[in-house]
Amino acid sequence: MLRLEQVSMSVNQNNGDNKEILHNIDLEFDAGKLYAITGPNGGGKTSLAKVIMGIYGLSSGRIYLNDEDITDLTVTERARKGIAYAFQQPPRFKGLTVSDLLKIADSELDIIGLRKSLRDVGLCPEDYLDRDVGPGLSGGEMKRIEISQVLARRATVSIFDEPEAGVDLWTIQRLIGIIVNRYKDNPKNTAIIITHNENVLPICDEIIVLEEGRIRSRGTYEEIWPLIRDEIECKRRLECRGEMGYEIQ
Amino acid sequence: MKFSEIDASLLSTIANITEVPSGAVNIRKDGQPLIRMSSPNITINPKQDKPGIDVIVKPGTKGESVHIPVIVTKAGLQDLVYNTFEIGEDADVTIIAGCGIHNDSHQNSGHDGIHEFIIKPGARVRYVEKHYGAGSGSGKRVLNPTTIVRMGRGSYAEMELVQIRGVDDTYRKTMGYMEDKAYLKIVERLLTHNEQKAQSEIEINIEGQDASAQILSRSVAQDSSYQVFKAAMIGKAACTGHVECDSIIMGNAIIKAIPSLVAENSEAVLTHEAAIGKIAGEQLIKLMSLGLTETEAINTIIEGFLR
Repeated sequence: MLRLEQVSMSVNQNNGDNKEILHNIDLEFDAGKLYAITGPNGGGKTSLAKVIMGIYGLSSGRIYLNDEDITDLTVTERARKGIAYAFQQPPRFKGLTVSDLLKIADSELDIIGLRKSLRDVGLCPEDYLDRDVGPGLSGGEMKRIEISQVLARRATVSIFDEPEAGVDLWTIQRLIGIIVNRYKDNPKNTAIIITHNENVLPICDEIIVLEEGRIRSRGTYEEIWPLIRDEIECKRRLECRGEMGYEIQ
Repeated sequence: MKFSEIDASLLSTIANITEVPSGAVNIRKDGQPLIRMSSPNITINPKQDKPGIDVIVKPGTKGESVHIPVIVTKAGLQDLVYNTFEIGEDADVTIIAGCGIHNDSHQNSGHDGIHEFIIKPGARVRYVEKHYGAGSGSGKRVLNPTTIVRMGRGSYAEMELVQIRGVDDTYRKTMGYMEDKAYLKIVERLLTHNEQKAQSEIEINIEGQDASAQILSRSVAQDSSYQVFKAAMIGKAACTGHVECDSIIMGNAIIKAIPSLVAENSEAVLTHEAAIGKIAGEQLIKLMSLGLTETEAINTIIEGFLR
């Protein structure tokens, strides 16, 4: 469905040098499967998502969607081809309402669809549909509204960038349930979840650990969890002592 | 009555009307009254000493509206009008104004509207004024509104002053004088483009105890347009006042935002915020990731910002 071949991405640093963020990534995402991408902070997870969405350009490599080369397509063109991305930190808009954004996400949404989109992410439609996606919303509310837009798009490939961040525990479970129902074993779609949440990992068919812009390991939960569990425990202990820790969770 | 195509387009844009509205109405076209009707509670009389009308709302009138749009379609016309609105005690009305100019010639067309509101104690007014310019001529479309609001004790006014697009030159002046417990909210939304110039000066004098005023300005300056926004909140009693100006700047435009607070009483609480910035790249990318083109994303952001 979605294939990355030898994808590399670099950025210009302040001193003029190029820093490579992603190094020769080969990945394939199949329909009907859920994927988790995890790894330490700064490992390249969000960069990879933005490369797939077309927000960041490649320094080398190709990206294919259903065997069509989409490497040179713009963000808009990729969105129209069926790629959707829920931002880690969605931007706020003065004057645009939740309803406006949902209708942009899916112009065919009627009032019933709009209401359902919000209920799916645990928000009361009456309270949110007409609200500005502006400073009056909390981070958790913004996150849920962001996810509702990606769900509304019914995209072929949906990428959720830390959907759990800032969201309460009750809603995380609900979101996990919706993503599983929507994407798991669905022969037309796939979802990629960038996550630091160990409760999300078991629901995924494959886990990819990204570190320093390279794939450190990939496999099923049963295969990967033993490899990263100790690091997570180590991080917890460091956090308990108030020290900065290694950031795999 | 059936409007011509140009008239209908202007009236629909500035006052959202497609036919003669019910209730009190005064439609002015090219310096002359086109339609004038009073209602049992709202009387519209022509002024005797100068061009314009007196709109008298009876005390206690509730839920009625008055439409007073002006359209200019005659090339080279410089229209000037003085309108006075007297809103009786405890009335609650909506006034829909606005001016649209269609100019296909090389001559300048303009309209200067001088409006004075006398809002009696306990009365409530919602006033909407939209300005719009259209036509293919090189002649300028010029609109210079002056609005004076005199608010009695415990009165309430909400004023929405909008410049949609197509106005080449505007000098807007708004002044408010408020007695005890009056509340005034002015929302100004301005769009300029090409080489257009817009200057807006708002001065609110809060003279009464426990009165409260807000000035909220949102503007977008595109291309090589130029905007100056001056807002002065003057607190002369124990009162609250807030000025907020927020602008999006694009292309080679220039925006000057000059909020000013003057407290003449130690119990006055006055605040202001001002921000000018371009459309954030992440906002564009976000909307593009939902399938909009860059141009569609820009237009969506501007439309929302000025809504």
